[in-house]
Amino acid sequence: MQDLLQQLLNGLSQGSIYALIAVGYTMIYGIIQLINFAHGDVIMVGAYVALGAVLMGFGFIPSLLIAMLVCAVLGVLIERVAYRRVRPVSRLAALTSAIGVSLFLEYTMMYFLGADIRTFPPGVLAERTYSLGGVMITNKDLLVLGTTVILVVVLQYIIFRTRTGKAMRAVSFDGQAAQLMGVNVNNTVAITFFIGSAMAAAAGMLYGIYFNSVQPLMGLMPGLKAFIAAVLGGIGSIPGAMLGGILLGMTESLVAGFGGSMYRDAVAFIILILILLIKPTGLLGKGVQEKV
Amino acid sequence: MLKKYFPSILACLALAVLFTIVQVGISGGLLSGYWITNIYLMGINIILASSLNLINGFTGEFSLGHAGFMAVGAFTGAIVTANLGLPFPLAIIAGMLAAAIAGVIVGLPTLRLRGDYLAIATLGFGEIVRVVLMNIDYVGGASGMMGIPEVVNWPIIFISVVLSLLLIRNFIGSSHGRACLAVRENDLAAQMMGVNITYYKVLAFVIGAALAGLAGVLYAHYYSIIQPKEFSFMLTFDVLVMVMVGGLGSLTGSVVGAVLLTTASAFLQAIPELRMVLYALLLIVSAVFRPQGLLGEKEITLRTFERWGGVLYAALNRKQTE
Amino acid sequence: MQLLTVNKLSKSFGGLVAINNFNLRVESGDLVGLIGPNGAGKTTVFNLLTGLYQPTTGSITFDGRDLKGKHPHQITRMGMARTFQNIRLFGNLSVLDNVKIAYQAVVNYGLIPAFLRVPPFNRREEEIEKAALELLEIFGLKEHAYDRARNLPYGEQRCLEITRALATGPKLLLLDEPAAGMNPQETHELLSLIKWIREQFKLTIILIEHDMSLVMGLCERVLVLDYGSLIAEGTPQEIQQNPKVIEAYLGDEEVVAWEE
Ligand SMILES: Nc1ncnc2c1ncn2[C@@H]1O[C@H](COP(=O)(O)OP(=O)(O)OP(=O)(O)O)[C@@H](O)[C@H]1O
Ligand SMILES: [Mg+2]
Repeated sequence: MQDLLQQLLNGLSQGSIYALIAVGYTMIYGIIQLINFAHGDVIMVGAYVALGAVLMGFGFIPSLLIAMLVCAVLGVLIERVAYRRVRPVSRLAALTSAIGVSLFLEYTMMYFLGADIRTFPPGVLAERTYSLGGVMITNKDLLVLGTTVILVVVLQYIIFRTRTGKAMRAVSFDGQAAQLMGVNVNNTVAITFFIGSAMAAAAGMLYGIYFNSVQPLMGLMPGLKAFIAAVLGGIGSIPGAMLGGILLGMTESLVAGFGGSMYRDAVAFIILILILLIKPTGLLGKGVQEKV
Repeated sequence: MLKKYFPSILACLALAVLFTIVQVGISGGLLSGYWITNIYLMGINIILASSLNLINGFTGEFSLGHAGFMAVGAFTGAIVTANLGLPFPLAIIAGMLAAAIAGVIVGLPTLRLRGDYLAIATLGFGEIVRVVLMNIDYVGGASGMMGIPEVVNWPIIFISVVLSLLLIRNFIGSSHGRACLAVRENDLAAQMMGVNITYYKVLAFVIGAALAGLAGVLYAHYYSIIQPKEFSFMLTFDVLVMVMVGGLGSLTGSVVGAVLLTTASAFLQAIPELRMVLYALLLIVSAVFRPQGLLGEKEITLRTFERWGGVLYAALNRKQTE
Repeated sequence: MQLLTVNKLSKSFGGLVAINNFNLRVESGDLVGLIGPNGAGKTTVFNLLTGLYQPTTGSITFDGRDLKGKHPHQITRMGMARTFQNIRLFGNLSVLDNVKIAYQAVVNYGLIPAFLRVPPFNRREEEIEKAALELLEIFGLKEHAYDRARNLPYGEQRCLEITRALATGPKLLLLDEPAAGMNPQETHELLSLIKWIREQFKLTIILIEHDMSLVMGLCERVLVLDYGSLIAEGTPQEIQQNPKVIEAYLGDEEVVAWEE
């Protein structure tokens, strides 16, 4: 029982990182129907920038903010250069371009910084462990959970309480109609990338601290899995992305905890195929039949 | 009558010449071992690129599962020869069959998905294959298989490539291939023309998978050592770049793409990161500026040469008259 | 003989009831018009008939067989063909290939002959090509046979859609606004064309159209849909005078077409 709780708790931390990434994925997919393959690599860039800031002597929060800002700009740049032109032409071409961007970020990083694993200096967070009725919880867990909750609350506020948020919702509901109603679609898409990439950067820093590892290919797997989490929750739905992320994190943690650690990476893809077969719209997504 | 068969005769002649030149180069010791390896790799890559093109370019799906199918082929083939001691042709049959079966298993549930979901699902399949292989002791776990008979030589590569290309060409030029093109162009209209779109999506996918399996068998029996980690999605991305450079929906383009990029990576072997950066840029540039692929969907035919010849001839003439 | 029987057909999308308790009987050789304001549910009826949508309730019987659970391609092969309101050609393929693809519902061969180019590959391919070219000739498209379909002028694209539908060898042809975007001259030509193919191919036709001159000039029987329900059925003259129909169209831009 305690074992189970422990696994679930580990899964919760891991899952909330997935959730942060999945939120960006789902926002971007919701608005332009593109799997932003490079989203995972924005995480990696975020982790490096945060690491750099920490090494330069900034504290946790300033480093987090710097990383978020840098990646937000990077996200907008990626959209402008690699997606904007192809999006209307062909979705598969856009996906190809996204794969290209992903490889580009990974290997330019590798070229300049090498493939070695780097770690955050222990000073950024002296590890402490608390025992909660036999379940071990570290301050890393608390940090991850706390940051996630705060960021999600801020995000919900932006989406449901601001003009920008309204425009984002309008474009994702029906881009053409929104344009006719005077919404600047290109700007709205850019803002979505800005916000989504900032969230990814935060996830990147948390991931780097939580797993004590920063390297050029670190974003690939969490990126793919977060996409699966977004599909699981219902693509386009932010609560869905949160739910999907946490469920995925917990499932993985249970599988790993009960002997199947080698298969940990395969779990997500099996979930993907199952959900697409059973309920392609995801847990919280709404179904639409394609109009003929 | 002669005119009708002229292009085929010419093609046969050209192939015979190509075969002989390389064979002489190899047996006469004119080619270094490094370049022989790269020529074999070119052949394997041509099979991979043209079969991926059948799925992504001609049928309009988006598969990223090629490394997985290649792995299935490679390991199955290796089991047949190295573990069971059976002859190589059986390895080819078993490898292609296993990859085709894997294609059916993956294709049936996922091909109903939209293109971009399919991409992730097939990528996932490739990863699952890799993870599973690493956990099977019978095939050596993470360290893979060794001592696979090194039977692959230039004639085997050459014949495999030519037959694969012929198979794909014949398929595309048949009513079944046209059905695949119809699926790519407009799946709703295709259904209204009586095309069973699920069948044709799965069919193209399975043919593509089987050929990737063949590439895997050849690979295993050339290098004699295979490890699961060689078949990661980076390998699929390599093939994707070849397809994009050669043009989606152009078979001759895939050949050109495979040859160009195998050569490029042979030169960049010392700096693998730069090679990947180059690949990445090729993907972005071709997607953004030429979504049909850098060389477009045009096939290179005898006509193309005639036209180039004509242009050249005109240019030379102009020079002379000046 | 009754070719098509639609019984209490309904279709809803989420909360929206697009088709409500729709009944239709079509005899072999009929030419039926289906009209109604924008969004009335006309195209949805076609989508249900051709199997692209599954009905929420109700049944469709075509040529003596229940269509429940049949896939669109199976229904096509049973002898139902259609054109689309928004043209859906195989744009990057040649005009000839567009028709050839449709014709393989009639003549085809196995995979082995395809891979190895052994008999009956050559014979069947020649047959397919010949039939496709003949059909293109009838519709005056033969000179464009090797052009890309998407480079055809608009009117000819519509024409190719009809040609392609005919190549599947249908008994029942569903035409979804074939005159949309055509000028009066082209519409007039289309009218004679439809009359002609009906005779020539012994077709039963259901026609959706906003252009009343076409409906009035062609159809013996007209059905009127409004908000998914059948509100009137009768000869063109009866329909024209039906107060319910005038009501449905009133305030709609279609009213202009009625006054002509
Ligand atoms: N796949 C779908 N999902 C949701 N609603 C749909 C779908 N298909 C059709 N509808 C709705 O059903 C109603 C009927 O649409 P339909 O296309 O059948 O109208 P129509 O009579 O053909 O109109 P038009 O003259 O504009 O072609 C419309 O309100 C439309 O929005
Ligand atoms: Mg309509």
